[in-house]
Amino acid sequence: MSRSALFKFRLYVAGDTPNSALAIANLRAFCRAQLTDRHSIDIVNVFQEPTRALADNILMTPTLIKLAPPPVRRIVGTLSQVQPIFHALGLGTDLP
Amino acid sequence: MKSIRFPLVTAITKAATGISGFDEITGGGLPRGRTALLLGGPGSGKTIFALQFLVNGAEHYREPGIFVSFEESADRILANAEGLGWNLAKLRRKKLYFMDAQPMPDLIQSGDFDLNGMCAALDAKVTEIGARRIAFDAIDVVLDRLPDAAAKRREVYRLHEWLLRRELTGVITSKSDGTELGTSSLTGQERVGFMQFMVDCAVVLNQSVVQGVSQRNLRVMKYRGSGFDENESPFVIGRHGLEVAGARASGRVDIHVTSERVSSGVERLDTMLGGGYYRGACVLISGFPGTAKTTLSGAFVEAACRRAERTMFVSFASDGTEVIRNLTSVGIRLDRYVRGGCLHMVSARTIFGSAEVFLARIKTLAKEHKIRCLVIDPVSTLSKSGNEVTAQSVVERLIDWSKADGITLVCTSLLGEVSAESTSPLQISKIADTWIHLNYLVQAGERNRGLSVVKSRGTAHSNQVRELILSDAGVTLTDAYTAGGEVLMGTLRWEKESADRVTTEVNEVAGNLKRILLDAEAAELEVRAKSLQVEIEAKEVEKKLLARATASHKGEMSKGRTRLEELRGADAPVPGRK
Repeated sequence: MSRSALFKFRLYVAGDTPNSALAIANLRAFCRAQLTDRHSIDIVNVFQEPTRALADNILMTPTLIKLAPPPVRRIVGTLSQVQPIFHALGLGTDLP
Repeated sequence: MKSIRFPLVTAITKAATGISGFDEITGGGLPRGRTALLLGGPGSGKTIFALQFLVNGAEHYREPGIFVSFEESADRILANAEGLGWNLAKLRRKKLYFMDAQPMPDLIQSGDFDLNGMCAALDAKVTEIGARRIAFDAIDVVLDRLPDAAAKRREVYRLHEWLLRRELTGVITSKSDGTELGTSSLTGQERVGFMQFMVDCAVVLNQSVVQGVSQRNLRVMKYRGSGFDENESPFVIGRHGLEVAGARASGRVDIHVTSERVSSGVERLDTMLGGGYYRGACVLISGFPGTAKTTLSGAFVEAACRRAERTMFVSFASDGTEVIRNLTSVGIRLDRYVRGGCLHMVSARTIFGSAEVFLARIKTLAKEHKIRCLVIDPVSTLSKSGNEVTAQSVVERLIDWSKADGITLVCTSLLGEVSAESTSPLQISKIADTWIHLNYLVQAGERNRGLSVVKSRGTAHSNQVRELILSDAGVTLTDAYTAGGEVLMGTLRWEKESADRVTTEVNEVAGNLKRILLDAEAAELEVRAKSLQVEIEAKEVEKKLLARATASHKGEMSKGRTRLEELRGADAPVPGRK
């Protein structure tokens, strides 16, 4: 995978509930560390935009959708475990 | 005074499920604005129950609903529903929404999550279609993804709170394999245990196999703020969804009792029963094999069809066409009524499954055919093949149902050679209104059929055993000849009767002869009387003649003497002497 590819994320959260707040923090930290300057994050609050959640079939919050690069992937949870994220994003799992 | 079972406590309002029988045992349905839990093993009918609750709500109670499926795709559920005859395509647009909530197979999980997303999405949908009902099917699927028991509990409570806040009548289904409801499985307890305490109503569905026959049961385990039937109620998944049995209490209320009579099809039997069977009554015809039970019920069917009453004949023993052919031999012709659509023959050998399934099928067919008369031949078959336990209650409900619908029911019941007259299998004889027993009388090398009315409620009925005679002209009853405390039938009766006829004839002839003789004597006497009369008259004439002769003689004599004296001139005539 090209090291310069841009990662587009959409994160569905449920307001400032603990799981969602944790997910936002975890995602930002991950991107800063692993995808420096090549990521964009769109945060959608399901309480404010329920129809978008409905359209995207969001049941569990928080849910992270990787829109680009393809394929589209969904990760559910607080993103506290890093291993599945690497796997889902197709990044090498060789962590320091 | 009203029935004790009827006024169930109804402090909380209820949302009717429209599932036949279930609303009766719960006194109106599921708790409105609250949550009910449906527990059951695989294939126990949870999904159909939940779906039926929503479909009926949308179609009949103006309560739109949302179906959240965690296990199956909406398309598959829709396809299954089509099979049950529910037209969801029409409802789906405005009144029924299906949410595919299956966790995607490639879903990646990292850490804890919650169901806020679903609640928010559903919030939008509830507002959009004005939903009043919601069902979460197989919640266990999503709960299993949560990392620990605390998280599971948290999410279930979240869902519960959300339902209460939105005032939705909710149904949550969850798997359980029976044992989980008891003591053993720990994971089961974690998953289901606390939900049972949380919800306002819990219903357990189970399926068991008894001697190869599937039996389904439903039990209301708890129902806050309401009375309910605590016992297990059998149910079936019929062609139109769930049907729960045991709705007897309410069924009894509006039975329309009539004193109208319907013909049994045998004129003399009608007379014996004081005019026939009562309409809506249950008639039991019991007897050994070959005692013409089917024929007698066939006569009833023919009479019903002649009155143009729609009738159904359910035969366990043989195929419908066979029954018709066999009945034709005794002058009962049913084929024309089958062609005309008045009579519906059902070969019950095509109905597989438990007695419950059979009852449900009969009810469905009866409704489709709009019948007024029903024959089940023989009803004793129901107690076979693993149905011994349930058949009794099935038959009771069959009778209750037919009564409530005003259907005149004729059941035949086969008695084994060993069982005595007083015991009929299934104990139908106790609840039947009229019980006709057919028997053989073996006498003088003959086997003749005897018919007697064992009981007939509310009717004066003959106490006599009659002989049942089948001929190609039909079915008739003949008085049995009773002599010296013995009942004579068949040839013996015929002999006795012909002997009587001869005696009568002889007596008659003898009487005639005597009368003729007497006539002759009387005639003779009359003749004699007449001749005597004539003789008397003759004597009278003679007497008169004699008198006159004497007188003239005397005159002559005196005249002569005077003349003589004159001639002699001897004496002067003496004046004053003659």
